[in-house]
Amino acid sequence: MQITINGNDKQVSQHATVTDLFNLVAINPEQVVVEHNGSIISPADYDQTTLNDGDVIELIQFVGGG
Amino acid sequence: MDNLQIANRTFRSRLMVGTGKFSSHQAMLDAMEHSGCDIVTVALRRVDINNPQDSLLSHIDQDRYLLLPNTSGARTAEEAIRLARLARAAGCEPWVKLEVTPDPYYLLPDPVETLKATEVLVKEGFVVLPYMPADPVLAKRLEEAGAATVMPLGAPIGTNRGLLTRDLVAIIIEQAQVPVVVDAGLGAPSHAAEAMEMGAAAVLVNTALADTPDPAAMARAFRKGVEAGREAFCAGIGPKRQQASASSPLTGFLRNES
Repeated sequence: MQITINGNDKQVSQHATVTDLFNLVAINPEQVVVEHNGSIISPADYDQTTLNDGDVIELIQFVGGG
Repeated sequence: MDNLQIANRTFRSRLMVGTGKFSSHQAMLDAMEHSGCDIVTVALRRVDINNPQDSLLSHIDQDRYLLLPNTSGARTAEEAIRLARLARAAGCEPWVKLEVTPDPYYLLPDPVETLKATEVLVKEGFVVLPYMPADPVLAKRLEEAGAATVMPLGAPIGTNRGLLTRDLVAIIIEQAQVPVVVDAGLGAPSHAAEAMEMGAAAVLVNTALADTPDPAAMARAFRKGVEAGREAFCAGIGPKRQQASASSPLTGFLRNES
Protein backbone atom coordinates (compact mmCIF):
# COMPACT_ATOMS: atom_id res chain seq x y z
CA MET A 1 0.00 0.00 0.00
CA GLN A 2 1.06 3.58 -0.50
CA ILE A 3 1.40 6.32 2.08
CA THR A 4 2.77 9.85 1.92
CA ILE A 5 5.67 10.78 4.21
CA ASN A 6 6.65 14.45 4.25
CA GLY A 7 5.25 14.85 0.77
CA ASN A 8 7.00 11.75 -0.63
CA ASP A 9 5.02 8.71 -1.75
CA LYS A 10 6.31 5.50 -0.16
CA GLN A 11 5.30 1.86 -0.45
CA VAL A 12 4.87 0.09 2.87
CA SER A 13 3.64 -3.38 3.76
CA GLN A 14 0.13 -4.05 4.98
CA HIS A 15 -0.27 -3.52 8.74
CA ALA A 16 2.92 -1.48 8.96
CA THR A 17 3.16 0.58 12.14
CA VAL A 18 4.73 3.96 12.85
CA THR A 19 7.68 2.10 14.35
CA ASP A 20 8.18 0.32 11.02
CA LEU A 21 8.36 3.71 9.31
CA PHE A 22 11.38 4.74 11.35
CA ASN A 23 13.24 1.71 10.03
CA LEU A 24 12.11 2.46 6.50
CA VAL A 25 13.49 5.99 6.48
CA ALA A 26 16.39 5.41 8.94
CA ILE A 27 15.40 8.10 11.44
CA ASN A 28 15.94 8.08 15.20
CA PRO A 29 12.42 8.22 16.71
CA GLU A 30 13.70 10.22 19.68
CA GLN A 31 14.52 13.15 17.42
CA VAL A 32 11.18 13.65 15.70
CA VAL A 33 7.50 14.30 16.26
CA VAL A 34 4.99 12.31 14.23
CA GLU A 35 1.73 13.52 12.76
CA HIS A 36 -0.58 10.83 11.40
CA ASN A 37 -3.36 12.25 9.22
CA GLY A 38 -3.04 15.54 11.08
CA SER A 39 -3.02 14.10 14.61
CA ILE A 40 0.09 14.02 16.78
CA ILE A 41 1.07 10.48 17.79
CA SER A 42 2.59 9.94 21.21
CA PRO A 43 5.80 7.85 21.23
CA ALA A 44 4.02 5.34 23.49
CA ASP A 45 1.62 4.64 20.62
CA TYR A 46 4.15 4.17 17.80
CA ASP A 47 3.99 0.36 18.05
CA GLN A 48 0.20 0.20 18.07
CA THR A 49 -0.50 2.79 15.38
CA THR A 50 -1.06 0.87 12.14
CA LEU A 51 -1.09 2.61 8.80
CA ASN A 52 -3.66 2.43 6.04
CA ASP A 53 -3.44 3.01 2.32
CA GLY A 54 -3.40 6.73 1.56
CA ASP A 55 -2.35 7.84 5.04
CA VAL A 56 -0.38 11.05 5.38
CA ILE A 57 2.57 11.11 7.76
CA GLU A 58 4.61 14.12 8.75
CA LEU A 59 7.94 13.69 10.53
CA ILE A 60 9.02 16.97 12.12
CA GLN A 61 12.22 17.93 13.90
CA PHE A 62 13.90 20.96 15.42
CA VAL A 63 16.26 23.02 13.30
CA GLY A 64 18.03 26.32 13.86
CA GLY A 65 15.76 29.34 13.85
CA GLY A 66 15.37 32.80 15.27
CA MET B 1 22.14 43.27 36.41
CA ASP B 2 18.67 42.56 37.77
CA ASN B 3 16.88 39.37 36.74
CA LEU B 4 14.30 38.99 34.00
CA GLN B 5 10.96 37.49 34.95
CA ILE B 6 8.73 35.93 32.28
CA ALA B 7 5.62 34.04 33.36
CA ASN B 8 6.73 31.84 36.27
CA ARG B 9 10.45 31.78 35.40
CA THR B 10 13.41 33.94 36.25
CA PHE B 11 16.37 34.46 33.95
CA ARG B 12 19.74 36.08 34.59
CA SER B 13 20.32 37.14 31.00
CA ARG B 14 18.29 39.69 29.09
CA LEU B 15 19.70 38.60 25.75
CA MET B 16 17.88 35.85 23.88
CA VAL B 17 19.61 34.17 20.96
CA GLY B 18 18.26 32.55 17.81
CA THR B 19 19.95 29.42 16.46
CA GLY B 20 19.41 29.91 12.73
CA LYS B 21 21.89 30.59 9.95
CA PHE B 22 25.11 29.75 11.82
CA SER B 23 27.86 28.28 9.65
CA SER B 24 28.17 25.26 11.97
CA HIS B 25 26.76 23.84 15.18
CA GLN B 26 30.00 24.81 16.89
CA ALA B 27 29.69 28.42 15.79
CA MET B 28 26.14 28.44 17.16
CA LEU B 29 27.21 26.90 20.48
CA ASP B 30 30.09 29.39 20.80
CA ALA B 31 27.73 32.30 20.21
CA MET B 32 25.29 30.94 22.79
CA GLU B 33 28.09 30.48 25.33
CA HIS B 34 29.60 33.92 24.85
CA SER B 35 26.25 35.71 24.78
CA GLY B 36 25.49 34.49 28.30
CA CYS B 37 21.94 33.79 27.15
CA ASP B 38 19.46 31.58 29.02
CA ILE B 39 16.85 31.32 26.25
CA VAL B 40 17.44 30.09 22.70
CA THR B 41 14.89 29.92 19.93
CA VAL B 42 14.53 26.97 17.57
CA ALA B 43 12.31 26.22 14.58
CA LEU B 44 10.37 23.14 13.48
CA ARG B 45 10.66 21.73 10.00
CA ARG B 46 9.93 18.56 8.08
CA VAL B 47 12.67 15.95 8.21
CA ASP B 48 14.31 15.49 4.81
CA ILE B 49 13.58 11.78 4.62
CA ASN B 50 16.01 11.30 1.76
CA ASN B 51 18.83 12.86 3.76
CA PRO B 52 17.99 12.83 7.48
CA GLN B 53 20.17 15.05 9.69
CA ASP B 54 20.73 14.92 13.43
CA SER B 55 18.22 16.96 15.35
CA LEU B 56 19.51 20.30 16.56
CA LEU B 57 18.46 19.23 20.04
CA SER B 58 21.24 16.68 20.23
CA HIS B 59 23.68 19.63 20.32
CA ILE B 60 21.97 21.89 22.87
CA ASP B 61 22.20 21.38 26.64
CA GLN B 62 18.58 21.70 27.70
CA ASP B 63 19.50 21.83 31.38
CA ARG B 64 21.31 25.06 30.68
CA TYR B 65 19.14 26.72 28.02
CA LEU B 66 15.40 27.08 27.83
CA LEU B 67 14.33 26.06 24.35
CA LEU B 68 11.85 28.51 22.93
CA PRO B 69 10.32 26.95 19.80
CA ASN B 70 9.12 29.45 17.24
CA THR B 71 6.30 29.05 14.75
CA SER B 72 8.29 30.47 11.86
CA GLY B 73 6.91 29.59 8.48
CA ALA B 74 3.32 29.84 9.69
CA ARG B 75 1.14 32.06 7.52
CA THR B 76 -2.05 31.68 9.53
CA ALA B 77 -3.09 31.27 13.16
CA GLU B 78 -4.03 27.68 12.39
CA GLU B 79 -0.56 26.82 11.09
CA ALA B 80 1.10 28.51 14.06
CA ILE B 81 -1.09 26.61 16.54
CA ARG B 82 -0.22 23.35 14.80
CA LEU B 83 3.52 24.09 15.11
CA ALA B 84 3.19 25.05 18.78
CA ARG B 85 1.41 21.77 19.53
CA LEU B 86 4.09 19.82 17.68
CA ALA B 87 6.81 21.54 19.69
CA ARG B 88 5.09 20.64 22.93
CA ALA B 89 4.64 17.06 21.75
CA ALA B 90 8.39 16.96 21.10
CA GLY B 91 8.91 17.34 24.82
CA CYS B 92 9.54 21.06 25.03
CA GLU B 93 8.12 23.10 27.85
CA PRO B 94 4.93 24.75 26.66
CA TRP B 95 6.61 27.99 25.71
CA VAL B 96 6.26 29.34 22.21
CA LYS B 97 7.60 32.30 20.31
CA LEU B 98 4.59 32.93 18.15
CA GLU B 99 5.34 34.10 14.62
CA VAL B 100 2.75 34.45 11.89
CA THR B 101 4.33 35.99 8.81
CA PRO B 102 2.30 35.62 5.60
CA ASP B 103 4.41 38.08 3.61
CA PRO B 104 7.56 36.39 2.25
CA TYR B 105 9.44 39.59 1.41
CA TYR B 106 9.41 41.55 4.65
CA LEU B 107 8.27 38.72 6.96
CA LEU B 108 6.10 41.20 8.81
CA PRO B 109 3.89 39.69 11.49
CA ASP B 110 0.16 39.46 10.80
CA PRO B 111 -1.55 41.23 13.71
CA VAL B 112 -4.97 39.60 13.30
CA GLU B 113 -3.69 36.03 13.01
CA THR B 114 -1.16 36.61 15.80
CA LEU B 115 -3.91 37.74 18.18
CA LYS B 116 -6.13 34.80 17.21
CA ALA B 117 -3.34 32.29 17.78
CA THR B 118 -2.40 33.90 21.10
CA GLU B 119 -5.96 33.53 22.38
CA VAL B 120 -6.08 29.83 21.47
CA LEU B 121 -2.60 28.93 22.73
CA VAL B 122 -3.01 30.72 26.06
CA LYS B 123 -6.21 28.73 26.65
CA GLU B 124 -4.24 25.55 25.91
CA GLY B 125 -1.75 26.43 28.64
CA PHE B 126 1.08 27.78 26.51
CA VAL B 127 3.35 30.60 27.64
CA VAL B 128 3.04 32.74 24.52
CA LEU B 129 5.67 35.27 23.42
CA PRO B 130 4.24 36.85 20.28
CA TYR B 131 6.38 38.52 17.61
CA MET B 132 4.38 41.57 16.60
CA PRO B 133 4.37 44.81 14.64
CA ALA B 134 5.40 47.75 16.84
CA ASP B 135 1.75 48.71 17.43
CA PRO B 136 0.91 49.84 20.98
CA VAL B 137 -2.79 49.01 20.59
CA LEU B 138 -2.01 45.47 19.45
CA ALA B 139 0.44 45.11 22.34
CA LYS B 140 -2.38 45.82 24.79
CA ARG B 141 -4.71 43.41 23.01
CA LEU B 142 -2.09 40.65 23.16
CA GLU B 143 -1.48 41.37 26.82
CA GLU B 144 -5.22 41.15 27.52
CA ALA B 145 -5.30 37.84 25.66
CA GLY B 146 -2.72 36.51 28.10
CA ALA B 147 0.59 36.90 26.24
CA ALA B 148 3.54 36.48 28.61
CA THR B 149 5.56 39.13 26.78
CA VAL B 150 5.18 41.25 23.70
CA MET B 151 7.92 41.17 21.08
CA PRO B 152 7.75 44.21 18.81
CA LEU B 153 10.12 44.28 15.87
CA GLY B 154 12.91 46.82 15.60
CA ALA B 155 13.12 46.31 11.84
CA PRO B 156 12.24 43.45 9.49
CA ILE B 157 13.82 40.09 10.40
CA GLY B 158 17.47 39.74 9.43
CA THR B 159 17.92 43.29 8.18
CA ASN B 160 20.37 44.54 10.86
CA ARG B 161 18.86 48.01 10.49
CA GLY B 162 18.32 48.73 14.16
CA LEU B 163 15.47 50.22 16.12
CA LEU B 164 13.55 51.86 13.27
CA THR B 165 10.38 51.58 15.36
CA ARG B 166 11.87 53.46 18.29
CA ASP B 167 9.02 55.89 19.04
CA LEU B 168 6.33 53.20 18.89
CA VAL B 169 8.38 50.77 21.00
CA ALA B 170 8.72 53.58 23.58
CA ILE B 171 4.91 53.79 23.81
CA ILE B 172 4.62 50.00 24.08
CA ILE B 173 7.15 50.01 26.94
CA GLU B 174 5.36 52.87 28.66
CA GLN B 175 2.03 51.05 28.61
CA ALA B 176 3.00 47.39 28.96
CA GLN B 177 2.32 45.31 32.05
CA VAL B 178 4.33 42.40 30.62
CA PRO B 179 8.01 42.35 29.59
CA VAL B 180 8.71 43.99 26.23
CA VAL B 181 11.28 42.03 24.23
CA VAL B 182 12.57 43.79 21.13
CA ASP B 183 12.96 41.16 18.44
CA ALA B 184 14.17 41.34 14.87
CA GLY B 185 16.29 43.78 12.97
CA LEU B 186 18.84 44.63 15.65
CA GLY B 187 22.22 44.45 13.96
CA ALA B 188 24.73 46.06 16.33
CA PRO B 189 25.30 46.12 20.09
CA SER B 190 24.41 49.84 20.07
CA HIS B 191 20.94 48.91 18.77
CA ALA B 192 20.49 46.49 21.64
CA ALA B 193 21.77 49.04 24.14
CA GLU B 194 19.37 51.63 22.75
CA ALA B 195 16.39 49.32 23.25
CA MET B 196 17.51 48.44 26.77
CA GLU B 197 18.14 52.08 27.71
CA MET B 198 14.53 52.79 26.75
CA GLY B 199 13.33 50.15 29.20
CA ALA B 200 12.94 47.06 27.05
CA ALA B 201 13.07 44.00 29.28
CA ALA B 202 15.19 42.00 26.83
CA VAL B 203 16.21 41.69 23.20
CA LEU B 204 16.44 38.76 20.83
CA VAL B 205 19.09 38.53 18.11
CA ASN B 206 20.03 35.91 15.58
CA THR B 207 21.24 37.22 12.22
CA ALA B 208 23.41 39.84 13.93
CA LEU B 209 25.42 37.01 15.50
CA ALA B 210 25.14 34.30 12.85
CA ASP B 211 25.99 36.44 9.87
CA THR B 212 29.39 37.69 11.02
CA PRO B 213 32.86 36.17 10.64
CA ASP B 214 33.19 35.86 14.43
CA PRO B 215 29.84 35.04 16.08
CA ALA B 216 31.41 34.46 19.52
CA ALA B 217 33.00 37.92 19.57
CA MET B 218 29.78 39.53 18.37
CA ALA B 219 27.87 37.63 21.04
CA ARG B 220 30.19 39.07 23.71
CA ALA B 221 29.67 42.54 22.26
CA PHE B 222 25.89 42.15 22.35
CA ARG B 223 26.06 40.87 25.89
CA LYS B 224 27.89 44.03 26.92
CA GLY B 225 25.49 46.21 24.95
CA VAL B 226 22.48 44.65 26.66
CA GLU B 227 24.05 44.90 30.11
CA ALA B 228 25.16 48.50 29.54
CA GLY B 229 21.72 49.50 28.33
CA ARG B 230 19.94 47.79 31.21
CA GLU B 231 22.21 49.26 33.85
CA ALA B 232 21.80 52.71 32.34
CA PHE B 233 18.02 52.34 32.35
CA CYS B 234 18.01 51.21 35.97
CA ALA B 235 20.41 54.00 36.98
CA GLY B 236 18.16 56.59 35.33
CA ILE B 237 19.33 58.52 32.29
CA GLY B 238 19.58 62.26 32.89
CA PRO B 239 17.21 64.76 31.30
CA LYS B 240 17.94 66.33 27.92
CA ARG B 241 18.42 70.12 27.82
CA GLN B 242 18.57 72.70 25.08
CA GLN B 243 21.19 74.96 26.70
CA ALA B 244 24.56 73.96 28.13
CA SER B 245 24.78 73.04 31.79
CA ALA B 246 28.40 73.42 32.90
CA SER B 247 30.05 70.42 34.46
CA SER B 248 32.88 72.56 35.95
CA PRO B 249 32.39 75.34 38.54
CA LEU B 250 31.33 78.68 37.09
CA THR B 251 33.33 80.68 39.64
CA GLY B 252 37.03 81.16 40.46
CA PHE B 253 38.24 81.79 36.91
CA LEU B 254 41.81 83.18 36.43
CA ARG B 255 40.47 86.64 35.80
CA ASN B 256 38.82 89.31 37.89
CA GLU B 257 35.11 88.86 37.85
CA SER B 258 32.94 91.91 38.11
